[in-house]
Amino acid sequence: MAEIAYWEAIQRAHDEEMANDPMVIAMGEDIGVVGGTYKATFGLHEKYGDERVIDTPISENSYTGIGIGASMIGVRPIIEIMSINFALLALDTLINAAAKIRYMSGGRVHCPIVMRTPGGTAHQLAAQHSARLARMFMSTSGLRVVTPRSPLDAYGMLKSAVRCNDPVIIIEHERMYNMKEDIPDKEFFRPLEGAEIVRKGTDITLIGYNYSVHLCLETAKRLESDGVSAEVLDLRSLKPLDRETIRRSVEKTHRFLIAEEDEAAVGVGSEIMAVVTEECFYALDAQPVRIHAADVPVPFNRELEKAAIPDVDDVYQGALKVMGKI
Amino acid sequence: METSDQKRLLREMIFYRRFEDRTFEAYMERKVGGFLHLYSGQEAVATGVLEMARPGSDYVITGYRDHVHALKAGAPAKEIMAELYGKETGSSKGRGGSMHIFDPTVNFMGGYALVGQPFPLAAGLAKGIKMKGTDQIAICFLGDGANNQGTFHETLNMASVWKLPVLFVCENNLYAIGTAIDRSTAVRDQYKRVAAYNIPSSQHDGQDIDIVMEAAKKAVDHVRSGKGPYFLELMTYRNRGHSMSDAKGYRTREEEAEWAKRDPILIYSERLKKAGTISDDDVKNWEKEIDKEIEDDIVKFAEESPEPRVEDLGKYVLDDNPDPRWIGPLQS
Repeated sequence: MAEIAYWEAIQRAHDEEMANDPMVIAMGEDIGVVGGTYKATFGLHEKYGDERVIDTPISENSYTGIGIGASMIGVRPIIEIMSINFALLALDTLINAAAKIRYMSGGRVHCPIVMRTPGGTAHQLAAQHSARLARMFMSTSGLRVVTPRSPLDAYGMLKSAVRCNDPVIIIEHERMYNMKEDIPDKEFFRPLEGAEIVRKGTDITLIGYNYSVHLCLETAKRLESDGVSAEVLDLRSLKPLDRETIRRSVEKTHRFLIAEEDEAAVGVGSEIMAVVTEECFYALDAQPVRIHAADVPVPFNRELEKAAIPDVDDVYQGALKVMGKI
Repeated sequence: METSDQKRLLREMIFYRRFEDRTFEAYMERKVGGFLHLYSGQEAVATGVLEMARPGSDYVITGYRDHVHALKAGAPAKEIMAELYGKETGSSKGRGGSMHIFDPTVNFMGGYALVGQPFPLAAGLAKGIKMKGTDQIAICFLGDGANNQGTFHETLNMASVWKLPVLFVCENNLYAIGTAIDRSTAVRDQYKRVAAYNIPSSQHDGQDIDIVMEAAKKAVDHVRSGKGPYFLELMTYRNRGHSMSDAKGYRTREEEAEWAKRDPILIYSERLKKAGTISDDDVKNWEKEIDKEIEDDIVKFAEESPEPRVEDLGKYVLDDNPDPRWIGPLQS
C-alpha cells in the first residue's frame, strides 16, 4: 500500500495500460510535453513518444472523432478533455458517433474509447469552466458514465475503462485531483458497474456521486453525533445505474437524500427519485430531499459561487429535514 | 488498361445505376422506408477512385449517400438491399438502414448522417493504420457541403500535422442539399481551401472515369507512400434530388440537361463503343443480366429475409458479452 493522489492514480493507470498494450494511446490538449493540466499524463510523453501521447490542437470535436475512428479498428484511446464545458464541443462525435456506431452497425463495429474530463466547480473559474453535466451523458444510450470518488476508483476504473469494449466517460473533479488515499501497489481493477456502500448505517441513506460523496461522508459524521446512523451510497456508475443497491439500501433505512453539485432539473437526483419511486415507494417513511446547485450559471464572485454550490451544511440540513429534526 | 477491365468497369457502373434505380422503385412501393439518397450520376467517382485503391483492404468511409461506395468496397449487394428493407440479414442487421451501411469484413466503415462527421473518423482510421504499421490507407468520400463544417478544417489540420495516410475525396456536386454552392460557399473550387493546411490537392472532372482514375492513382500513391494526406476534388452532379422528397426546385432543367450530356456511363460507353471495345448489344445484354440478377437474387433475398426480432431490440447498445473483470458489478 502507498498513499497516492488522485492525479497520480490516473497517471499510474495510463502508464500501466500503455505498457500492457501498444494500441493504447492518450490524446488531448497539453497532455504530452506539458504533462496534462492536472498532471494526469505526467511523464508519459517522454516514455511513449509523440505517436502514443498526442498533444492535440484545440479542436475537441475532431480529435475526439479521430480517437473514435482509430478505436473502430483496434486502437484504445484515452481522450482527455480539459474541462467538461469543452466536452460540449465534442458531443457530435461522442453522442452521434461513438454512442451509436455499435448499434447502427448491428454490432459489427464498436468504439472502445475512454473520455476523461473534470466536471465541477473549483475556485472561481466562472460559468464556462464549472459545468457538471453528468446528466447529459447519462441520458445517452450507448455510453457508460462513471464518477470515481477516490484514487482507488480513479485508478481501477480507468484501467477497466481502457479494457472495456464500450465508450466510457469518466467524470473527474478538479477539487479531487489532490485528494490522497492508500491504494495497493499491485495492479488491480475496479469494475465499471455497481454502486458502493461506503459507510453502513440504518436510519438514512445519503446518496452521492463524484465529489458529493465526500459531502455525504462528512454529513454522516455530523449526524452520528446527533444519534443518527447514516448510510452513504456512492453511485459510481451513472450509466448504467445500480438500481438494486439503491433499492436494498432504501428498503433498509426507509429514508434517503441525494446530493449532487449539478443543477436539479432533469438531473441525476431526479433520476434517483424516479428509481426509488419505481423500486420501493412503499419502503419510504419520509419525504426524500434533493440537494443540488442553484439554477444559475456558476458565478465568478467567491461568495456567489459558494451560494450557488451545495456544501456540507446544505447536505446536513437536508438530512435533518428528512429525519424530521427541522 | 486491359479491355476486359474497361468492360468490367462500365458494367459495374451500369450495375450501380440500376441498383439505385431499383431501390427507388422499392421506396415508391413503400418496401424501403426512411430516407434514401441515391448516387446516380456520380458513379465514376467512387468507381474510379476505388479502382485505383485496394477495395476490401483500404478503409473506406462516407456520408449517407453510401450504397455505391459500399458496393465497390466489396460489400455484398444482397446485404445492402436487405439493409434498405430493414432486414436481419442486412449489412447492419436492419439497425442502420440506407444511411448507415457497415461492412467491416471489407473495411467499409460506414455511412454517416452527420455531414462532415466522417472527416475525423477517417483520420482516426488512418491513425489506426499508422499504429498497426501496414501500408493501407483510409479513404473518405464526402460532398462539397461537408466542407463548411468545422470538422473539415479541424481534421485537415490534424491529418496534415500528423501526416496521416488518409485520402479525402470531395465529390463536388454543386449543391449542399438544396443550396447551390455559390450561395453557401465563398470559394467554388474546394481544392483551394485545402492549401491553408499544407495538404496537396487537385481538381478534376469527376464524370470521366479515365480522368478520375488517372488523378486517383496519383493521389492514392501519394498517401500510400507515407507523405501524408491528399485532397482530391472531383466535379460531378447528382441526377436525382438530395433524397426522395426533393423536387429539385433549386436547379434549372437546362442545367440538368447539360449535365445529362456528361453522364459518366454515357461518356464511358460512348468511348468504349468508338474504340470498338463494346457494341450496343453488349450494353443491352448487360442491362438484362443485371436486372435479372437484381430481381432474382438481390431483391428476392431482401424480400424473403426475416425481420429482426423485437426481443433483440436491446442488443448492440453496449457489448453484449462483457468481461466481468472490467464491468462487474461491484459486490458491496
